[in-house]
Amino acid sequence: MSKEPRVGLFVTCLVDLFRPSVGFAAVKLLEDAGCDVYVPITQTCCGQPAWNSGDKVDTAELAISVIKAFEEFDYIVAPSGSCAGMLKKHYPEVFANDPAWKERTEKFSEKCYELTSFLTDVMGVRKVWAEHSANVTYHDSCAGLRELKIKKQPRILLNSMKGINLSEMTDNETCCGFGGTFSVKYSDISNAIVTEKSGHIEDANVDLLLAGDMGCLMNMAGKLKRQGSKVEVRHVAEVLAGMTDKPPIGGKA
Amino acid sequence: MQVKSQSFKENSKKALNDKTLQKALTKVRGNFINKRKKAVDELPEFDTLRDNARDIKNHTLDNLDLYLEEFEKKVVDQGGHVHWAQTASDARGQILDICRKANAKTVTKGKSMISEEIELNDFLEASGITPVETDLGEYIIQLRNEAPSHIIAPAVHLTMDQVREDFIKAHSHLPDDRLLEDPQSLLLEAREVLREKFMEADVGITGANFLVAETGTSVIVTNEGNGDLTQSLPRVHIVIASLEKLVPTLEDMSQIMRVLARSATGQKMSVYTTLSSGPKRKDDPDGPDEYHVILLDNGRTDMLGTEFQEMLRCIRCGACMNHCPVYQQVGGHAYGWVYPGPMGAVLTPNLIGVDKSGHLPNASTFCGRCEEVCPMRIPLPKMMRHWREREFEKHLTPPAQGRNLKLWLMLVKRPNLYRKVVRIASFGLRLFGFRKSRTGFLPMAGAWTKDRDMPTPEGKPFLSQYKGKQKIS
Repeated sequence: MSKEPRVGLFVTCLVDLFRPSVGFAAVKLLEDAGCDVYVPITQTCCGQPAWNSGDKVDTAELAISVIKAFEEFDYIVAPSGSCAGMLKKHYPEVFANDPAWKERTEKFSEKCYELTSFLTDVMGVRKVWAEHSANVTYHDSCAGLRELKIKKQPRILLNSMKGINLSEMTDNETCCGFGGTFSVKYSDISNAIVTEKSGHIEDANVDLLLAGDMGCLMNMAGKLKRQGSKVEVRHVAEVLAGMTDKPPIGGKA
Repeated sequence: MQVKSQSFKENSKKALNDKTLQKALTKVRGNFINKRKKAVDELPEFDTLRDNARDIKNHTLDNLDLYLEEFEKKVVDQGGHVHWAQTASDARGQILDICRKANAKTVTKGKSMISEEIELNDFLEASGITPVETDLGEYIIQLRNEAPSHIIAPAVHLTMDQVREDFIKAHSHLPDDRLLEDPQSLLLEAREVLREKFMEADVGITGANFLVAETGTSVIVTNEGNGDLTQSLPRVHIVIASLEKLVPTLEDMSQIMRVLARSATGQKMSVYTTLSSGPKRKDDPDGPDEYHVILLDNGRTDMLGTEFQEMLRCIRCGACMNHCPVYQQVGGHAYGWVYPGPMGAVLTPNLIGVDKSGHLPNASTFCGRCEEVCPMRIPLPKMMRHWREREFEKHLTPPAQGRNLKLWLMLVKRPNLYRKVVRIASFGLRLFGFRKSRTGFLPMAGAWTKDRDMPTPEGKPFLSQYKGKQKIS
């Protein structure tokens, strides 16, 4: 048995499909921090769409397959506050009244973390060596912020980088309007919320918008690009890992 | 009030396109949020007070029967009357009886959401009694024949220009060319008009922010003093309150009051806190001859012991809606019934049925800010999810959504198939986004691409590219 903590990377379905470089960035950041990283290939989705649609039975089935695939690791890390929140906070709710799975789930959930908070809070990382020259602002995604209390962690890491000039936008803790299926079920309201958000992003006068969740990033990038904005959008892990050779999310202006 | 929650989508679309409403709604963001934050930041023990407030209400709800009986006994001992109303119709009937016995022509009213819930004004008018709202916001919307759009700021959806027009139309006895240029002059005019109504009224009806069991007291907190005139000038004072307004002691009440005004308006305390514990006593200088308390259930006891019991802790501060990104965009009327915003999304299905209000618990991004600011620590998103579970169990989920969910489940439960489909989807999406990394058009994703571009995959899926370790072995 190695002394390095063995970390199972929960890639998340949006990173898998839309932004593989975030997956590779996460692997690099975890390895640089001294972790032994594994990626179970059978993983699909954390089950949030079912959970938020009120479908408890299918949520439980998906949760069990995630738990089985990942419980052997010392830690389970996801580059998303939303999915990590599902694994850490909501899985125990799913099995709260199921004696067969309750304890096993709680044991699993305790080991689950969002990427930036795992790096700082568990691995004690205070500095990343990548360099990136940009004026950036950071959007605090709701689930990470409120369920997992992620606020300072990505900022500690970003501020340790050479070239990053971080400034805060107005209402950085306000929802971007994504909300998973909300963005298509109530698309008009979702659009109104993200329009307000994109105004704050523009007002911050930055080159680059960062956040820790692909859903929010795709929503904000989609709006900014439709408006012809020059602000580029990336997942925070790409910048922290120095893996910014791919075009930004939604491309350039 | 006709329930319009079924057409939440259409209502919200209309609201989003209403420029005047959108202008009015900017007040919510500026005023309420900033003032609350300042008030909370100034009080280091705020979170501890929230815990206490939660515990007090939990204890009360767990022993509701005992405290209700204690409250009733006290009120009766002090010469008042308690009326138990199981339904809205029971409450209306009891109020009408009291009004008829008092030979009432005019009734003044303090602000009360329960009065809205039981649709009291329409009922009184139909029965030949004139109700006069005396809270400024309520007065304005009564002139406009509208429902409140916010539980503490009923006219928050209106601009000053609209109010000025309403006053000129309604107060036709005043000169047309008078200056009504600022909120102050509007306020003074309303005060002038209402002063006469206070003197005329035979019955005064108020709500209650708290009912105190140990003293048989009903408590209102207001900023305009209208509540005091409503309950002390007429011969008869009727309090209408729902059961969960109860707290055991005055000490409990004052604890919760410390989080109430701060969460609502950012004040340390409201301007007036008025306690009434019965009719005028022999040596009192003033007060009503009769004091009645209508205790309304209207579906609340059915919530006890369910996953919605915690909703009964709500003290109606409005913080959840002020901080809700959805409410901020569409305002209160879009929700289509009495209670808007996150608290409405949980309470409304309990009171009128989820079949009529199914949109409300779904129209949330689950951002969690409502729970974050709730002074009573009510887990609002969790309870909205409980409603979604009930809807799912009852097959009330919209068919298209149900089909998509099934299709998605079919995939995510089969990892090998899933990886193949994701590879194909990735390839297809990349064709659409060729060179630009985004697309403005995507089949079946019109709801998204109508107003936003869709970022396209940057390359083959991660799981197809990854060649590293999978399992510890």
